[in-house]
Amino acid sequence: MKRLLFFVPLIVLVVLGVYFAFGLQRDPQVLPSALIDQKVPEFDLAAIEGASQGLSNADLMGQVTLVNIFGSWCVACRIEHPFLMELKANNVIPIYGIDWREPNRQAGPAWLKKFGNPYTRIGDDPRSEGAIAFGVTGAPETFIVDKRGVIRHKFAGPITREIWERQLRPVVQKLRSDS
Amino acid sequence: MIRFSAALILALGLLIPFQGAQAVNPDEVLADPALETRARDISQELRCVVCQNQSIDDSDADLARDLRVLVRARLKAGDSDDEVIAYVVSRYGDFVLLRPPVKGATFILWFGPLLIVIVGAIGLFFYFRRAARDANAQKESR
Repeated sequence: MKRLLFFVPLIVLVVLGVYFAFGLQRDPQVLPSALIDQKVPEFDLAAIEGASQGLSNADLMGQVTLVNIFGSWCVACRIEHPFLMELKANNVIPIYGIDWREPNRQAGPAWLKKFGNPYTRIGDDPRSEGAIAFGVTGAPETFIVDKRGVIRHKFAGPITREIWERQLRPVVQKLRSDS
Repeated sequence: MIRFSAALILALGLLIPFQGAQAVNPDEVLADPALETRARDISQELRCVVCQNQSIDDSDADLARDLRVLVRARLKAGDSDDEVIAYVVSRYGDFVLLRPPVKGATFILWFGPLLIVIVGAIGLFFYFRRAARDANAQKESR
């Protein structure tokens, strides 16, 4: 019995080793969102150049929506963009955009003109007010907001078809079937 | 010898922390020095979520800049320090606090080292007590 005591440090080491090995697999850039199951915080963004409507938290009520943070400077946004266009073309879900930190007023509209505009409404966010409201740390980030304006899911990184099918569509479907 | 001294002085020079490096831009600074001091104190407690190991006070990242401006805007609007910090935490979670709060989930983080020291001290106490007893027993048996 006394002998076994000598193995305690070894056991502790192994347990910690396994724990840390798993911990290292985590991407430290992906933060757990503090806003899941919280109402979208108040924000009110002006329209981008050439558009008449901006975006505020009041617009995100009444239906299940996607809120997508993007910017013309954001390379990964370019990757997911064709898929967002496809969602738009098939009328899958309304996508609301937050155009984050454009270098100038023309950059965002020019980008959308060139690659297409998948957004129902867009808010211009030069000072990160919208981004901070959503607790965004980088672009692209996408949130699923339910009918009552509650944030239900956060996805950081470009949306691909696989991610949509596996992670996002099931959440959207479930939220739609909920009362 | 001279060469050695020069190298030594150079090496010691590297140890002096860089004081000049500062991210806060002149146009962000508030006119009211008391408010600005509070803003600086708060900023030093908040993690830059882009660069993660810097406070927003240290960081040059755009998002850190916007957070600094937001902290100042809320202070100007009359928020207390705690209200400003609570506002940022409500959006980014406890992760933005460079000093994690003491609560259930962080108990091991805060008191784990102390627990290890206590367990170690107890272990040492029993070890030395037995060693002394063994030494005594040996003396008596002689």
